[in-house]
Amino acid sequence: MVSLAEDVAIVAFEQTPSHAHFNDSEPAMIMPCVNSVIEQVGMDRHDIDFTIAGSCDYLSGMPFAFVMNIDAVGAWPPVYESHVEMDGAWALFEGFVRLQSGDIDTVLVSGSGKCSPGSYREGFSLQTDPYVHAPIGLDPRTQAGFQAQALIAAGKATERDFAEVVARSHANAKDNPYAQLSGDLSVEELLAEPYLQQPLRRLDCPPTSDGAAAMIIARADKARELCDNPVWIRAIDHRIDSHHPTLRDLTDSPSVRIAADRVGLHDGPVDIAELTVTYSPEEIILRDALGLNGETTVNPSGGPLTGSPFMAVCLTRVIELARAIRNGDGGRGVAHASSGPALQQNLLCVLEGDS
Amino acid sequence: MAPRPCAVLGVGQTKYKRRRDDVTLDGLVREAALRALEDAGATFDDIDAIVIGKAPDALEGVMMPLLSLCDALGAIGKPIHRVHTAGSVGASTAISAVNLVESGMYDTVLTIAYEKQSEGNATWALSGGKSGGQGAGGTFAPWIRNYIARSQAPEHIGWMVAVKDRLNALKNPYAHLHLPDISIEKVRESPMLWDPLHFLESCPSSDGAAAVVLGNDDIAKKSGRPPAWVISHAKRTEFGQFPGRDTVRPQAGVECSEALYRKAGITNPREQIDCAELYVPFSWYEPMWLEGHLIAEEGEGWKMTDAGDTELGGSFPVNMSGGVLSSNPIGASGMIRCLEAANQVRGTAGEYQVPGAKISIGHAYGGAAQYYAMWMVSSELNPVF
Repeated sequence: MVSLAEDVAIVAFEQTPSHAHFNDSEPAMIMPCVNSVIEQVGMDRHDIDFTIAGSCDYLSGMPFAFVMNIDAVGAWPPVYESHVEMDGAWALFEGFVRLQSGDIDTVLVSGSGKCSPGSYREGFSLQTDPYVHAPIGLDPRTQAGFQAQALIAAGKATERDFAEVVARSHANAKDNPYAQLSGDLSVEELLAEPYLQQPLRRLDCPPTSDGAAAMIIARADKARELCDNPVWIRAIDHRIDSHHPTLRDLTDSPSVRIAADRVGLHDGPVDIAELTVTYSPEEIILRDALGLNGETTVNPSGGPLTGSPFMAVCLTRVIELARAIRNGDGGRGVAHASSGPALQQNLLCVLEGDS
Repeated sequence: MAPRPCAVLGVGQTKYKRRRDDVTLDGLVREAALRALEDAGATFDDIDAIVIGKAPDALEGVMMPLLSLCDALGAIGKPIHRVHTAGSVGASTAISAVNLVESGMYDTVLTIAYEKQSEGNATWALSGGKSGGQGAGGTFAPWIRNYIARSQAPEHIGWMVAVKDRLNALKNPYAHLHLPDISIEKVRESPMLWDPLHFLESCPSSDGAAAVVLGNDDIAKKSGRPPAWVISHAKRTEFGQFPGRDTVRPQAGVECSEALYRKAGITNPREQIDCAELYVPFSWYEPMWLEGHLIAEEGEGWKMTDAGDTELGGSFPVNMSGGVLSSNPIGASGMIRCLEAANQVRGTAGEYQVPGAKISIGHAYGGAAQYYAMWMVSSELNPVF
């Protein structure tokens, strides 16, 4: 495990509901989240030392779309600020790294995305290699189908296992006011649904969602000053696997295994895991690569299968875990973020309650 | 704890040109990365993390391209992080990579920025995805006219910058434009694009990539290569439009340089900094940034240009490499400024070396002149001013 120069905690967090369609601009989704986290800690926004956001121009269908998002944060007088073309979870990574230098105290992190205006499959096929994959439309859902099929072929999972992930996720989401989908579904009725992308059915795939999330993280002394119940970020790391599905064992995630080792995942109990399960078969791969056993509650929020606003969805995993820890549902857990087709890039963040 | 000291240990650039049809995006970034590793005496095995930057994904039509470029960058099994802060991104990316080293979490970091403008339509993308848009020159020209009105600068200042940077570029084998017969007359007679900017006062559209290997103090001491210590860095952002905004001398630019100088202990930038690589995509931005970044008093920047102070051999050389006016792979342009500033203090700038340069700055700006990123490099870890 990497030794850290500074202890860092989450002191405030907020998220929007996962909207099927948010009928206003992206800054209008972000602003209430930002206002809320600032209010939670009673800070003036000008006292935030560093701000970093994650979003994706392509979701908005406009180059430089992220520039509009600073309207939601405030940039006058000028601010110390940056942006990653990644989910907000990677903005959190950079904010956490920045605090390790010890010369600033607070970072405002956000993530936001609106998937509803565009076509997910057309848009996200542009995420694949532009010379070989994108021209044949090898979009992420197709690759998720390959991954699911590979799991079945390897004898590691069945379609029933996928349906069980879906049923449990939707049932868990019943208690989550931010979830877009929830309810009691039986495995039998799920298996009776037609294929969307064999062997995946509609609910093995995420809904189309719009949403935003924000949090404030702080160095230890400042964190204690700002709130009574900080949630500590014990470690954070991310790793990537090859882009080419033929160069990988699609039934495993080496990058998750490396990250798990780097964050010292099993140096303590893993009570809760909030995982970016965008397609139901991914949960099976992630449980295995993370070495989770029956003692870990997986996706008590329902996870991305019940609401998946890309670019905010991974930061939301961290928030859901922080909320669960604050609520006393567990003392220590892991949030997982993923980007790219077939779980290509993965981030792990270990959180622990204040003790 | 204090930030871990961070140094530039190696740099790599591709040849910049209109079209790099000979390589894919993967080939382009790998070319720069391998050169930076070679310069640092390192291999991909030595790299703990990669930070990649470029301007909008729509320039090449590849969404979140780190995903498809990670194989070519030796990133498998490692962190690869993507920065996007409009035109300032090349410098922002370098700074994010410095943060990784300063954090103590990663010892050696490879950072890379690129653009392959020939694979898309830059003016369309720079107009926010609107066809027939005004592009960057159309945005900046009114502010340049405002600068000229405020400072009473004579019109030949822009032509002088255009000539000076192209003459510098003749000494830089990587530069896109090599125009040996450039002259004031040629600039003045070239077509007017956005009044007062003539064609030859504008940057080219380039393909290219730039890479830097950064390491902490232990790695730097072991490397045996001349280091450029990153002794300060700063970023500032402001809104692009609001009533009363000073678009000629934006406050974010002023505060960015104030923060940069304060951290380094600089009290008199004009005297204490030996040379600068400033982001000058249109000629007039040289005097505008000399003032906007507190190197010259307000209204005095153009006089430095006019007196030849900013020439190679002048008292405050600017854009010794030829600058953005000679090579503009957009997303990489800021990193090239940072890298060329490092070349100067490492003494590795070849024919465009400023003799004895010890302190230099690399700078980039972006959006509606609203994003700023700057770093200061030094031949010594703790320079005394």
